[in-house]
Amino acid sequence: MKRFRGFVLKEFYHIFRDYRTLLILFGMPAVQLMLFGYVLTNEIKDAKIAIYDPSKDVVTRGISDKILSSGYFILERNLNTVGEIDRVFRQGDVKLALIYEPGFATKLEKNGKARIQLIADASDPNTANMLVNYASGIISNYLVSVNSEKVPMQISPEVRMMYNGELKGVYMFVPGLMAMLLMLISALMTSLSITREKEMGTMELLLVSPMRPAQIIVGKVFPYVFLAFIDACIILVLGNLVFDVPILGSISLLLLESFLYICMALSLGILISNITNSQQVAMMISLVALMLPTILLSGFIFPVENMPLIMQVLCHIMPPKYYITIIKSIMLQGNGIEYVWRETIILIGFTAVFLALSVKKFNIRLS
Amino acid sequence: MRTILYIIQKEFLQVFRNRSMLPIIFFVPVVQLIILVNAATYEMKHIRVSVVDLDLSGTSRKLVSKFQGSPFYQIQSVYFSYAEAEDEMKRGNIEMILQVPARFERKLIKEGQAKVQFVINAINGQSAGLTNAYSTMILLDYNREVLIGNTTPSMPANIKSIQTDYSYWYNPKLNYKTYMVPGILVLLVTIIGLLLSGMNIVREMEIGTIEQINVTPINKIQFITGKLMPFWIIGLFELAFGLTVGKLLFNIPMEGSLGLIFLSAAVYLFVILSFGLLISTITHTQQQAMLVSFFFMVIFILMSGLFTSIESMPVWAQNLDRLNPVMYFIKIMRMVLLKGSGFADISAHFWSLVVYAVCSLGLAILRYRKVS
Repeated sequence: MKRFRGFVLKEFYHIFRDYRTLLILFGMPAVQLMLFGYVLTNEIKDAKIAIYDPSKDVVTRGISDKILSSGYFILERNLNTVGEIDRVFRQGDVKLALIYEPGFATKLEKNGKARIQLIADASDPNTANMLVNYASGIISNYLVSVNSEKVPMQISPEVRMMYNGELKGVYMFVPGLMAMLLMLISALMTSLSITREKEMGTMELLLVSPMRPAQIIVGKVFPYVFLAFIDACIILVLGNLVFDVPILGSISLLLLESFLYICMALSLGILISNITNSQQVAMMISLVALMLPTILLSGFIFPVENMPLIMQVLCHIMPPKYYITIIKSIMLQGNGIEYVWRETIILIGFTAVFLALSVKKFNIRLS
Repeated sequence: MRTILYIIQKEFLQVFRNRSMLPIIFFVPVVQLIILVNAATYEMKHIRVSVVDLDLSGTSRKLVSKFQGSPFYQIQSVYFSYAEAEDEMKRGNIEMILQVPARFERKLIKEGQAKVQFVINAINGQSAGLTNAYSTMILLDYNREVLIGNTTPSMPANIKSIQTDYSYWYNPKLNYKTYMVPGILVLLVTIIGLLLSGMNIVREMEIGTIEQINVTPINKIQFITGKLMPFWIIGLFELAFGLTVGKLLFNIPMEGSLGLIFLSAAVYLFVILSFGLLISTITHTQQQAMLVSFFFMVIFILMSGLFTSIESMPVWAQNLDRLNPVMYFIKIMRMVLLKGSGFADISAHFWSLVVYAVCSLGLAILRYRKVS
């Protein structure tokens, strides 16, 4: 036991004497959370539009005013001909063009009908779709206000946004960021630190020491459990204090699930370091094969339900997906273990499989 | 010149003789491209809905079937109490509850107004916003078609209507994949380039082979150039490979000139690689180098406009983003490939990249010391 303590201490020294790594390990969650909280949103605001309005009458001006005062759009330029649109789009700033037909108000008065054309730069389909939706929404609202007393019956919606009334993006990002950073620290850092010993030749020293292989591995990963845990707490506290992301469920359950996820990631890291001998390869495997799927196939940024079926199947073999589901459920919906037991068992299963595989692959002899 | 060639040869040999690196450099990115492009979608379809219809009248049934008919919704379950539906939402099985209150139809006929409830799981704020927009749209349609159509001829005839037509240029089917492929290609080239170069010199330091180079008559510029060129060639090759895969599998449009793409890519790779080498010269272990690259990479990528739009960031962040090389290249790729923009349209972005390349290459050369 004393030997083991000495070994763990050595690992801690390794980490704490490398201040650059330490700075990044603790700085990263803070910086990224700030980025997600303040900078990255998918809300549309101040999208640049161009207007072609040949008649410039009361109605078209009224509609344009409504659109421009909505906060979603700002006027980039007035077009003189319809032919300009292509050039304006190619320059890249204008996202939507609004085209009134000539003699708009007169036609509306006489025929009861007039036409508006919305042309969107759909090279970014998502934004284009939202802009068209917003603009046509504003136009139909305008119409309702003009016609209001003439419509006999109306059903109106009453909308309740559950769990996130203000539709803040950061609610999605806190769980995702935790999944990503814990994976980074646990899987990546451990695999690097073990392969590093192999690369430098010091692994040989450890293997001939009286410590058993299991002790070496546990000693190696122990400090990273600690670091990962601190990072998880930093994210939770910052999210709560700065961005008001609530923790509705039980904190101990939350931390316990995080601990389980950390163990899962660590055993994955051990597995990676057992199948490779160089840091470069270990890093490439962890980064390319783990990080991108953690970000994209876990429901962190893109909802799993929207993906094609085969991708959904793929998502279901990604451990981070389950962790993110658990965290969201506990933190934001205030659910207890009875809602997340299935995901918990799956995470335990992953851990067991990875551990079994790495024990099988572990080699006390250097090739 | 010959010295540079020797270093280039050495680097190439090192890359190609490492059996486990080769598939990672060439095979994995393509797999990633295929997987990620399919995964990265904001398109909403099959929003799972529970219906709680407490009215069970003709009007409420018609409204529900209107939702059922829309491709956006998939009615998952029908309940007769709200609590049951909410439990379903807690379990994560549905995203929205459509609740029609009791005496809905009577109220509508009597008072001319009635309400239905949309309860939306808003943890993902953006999806919730879209779900709300779609639902409201369906309700508006329903109002227009059914209610106005059903009312008596006493209805005033002079209701005004504005017909809104829309057209989506450059991508009429709103295919999200064509938008993502250029962006994800940039991402993959960036990751491979930055990591390969970022770990490179520091690896030689860690293993100790840098000593051997320090005592040869190679000068700084030759050394850095020699380190850079192989990765530059690999990066360009990888981009070409990725574009081919994108064309064959996803049929992405290539409206603009490919020459322009590769010209920009050539400059962009200089930026990324010399940035990587710079990281490599200021760190001491591969672990450090990896963490530093990862740190910058995540920030660059998240702020690049790949997943979220740059226009909706706060102004200070947009100004800060001018320092982000990834942002420029993603813009160039998308503008040229999807819209066929010419050099005049992208010139501002292009020259920014050139300035960036010169600065970071200069810094990398300056920072590298042969004296340890």
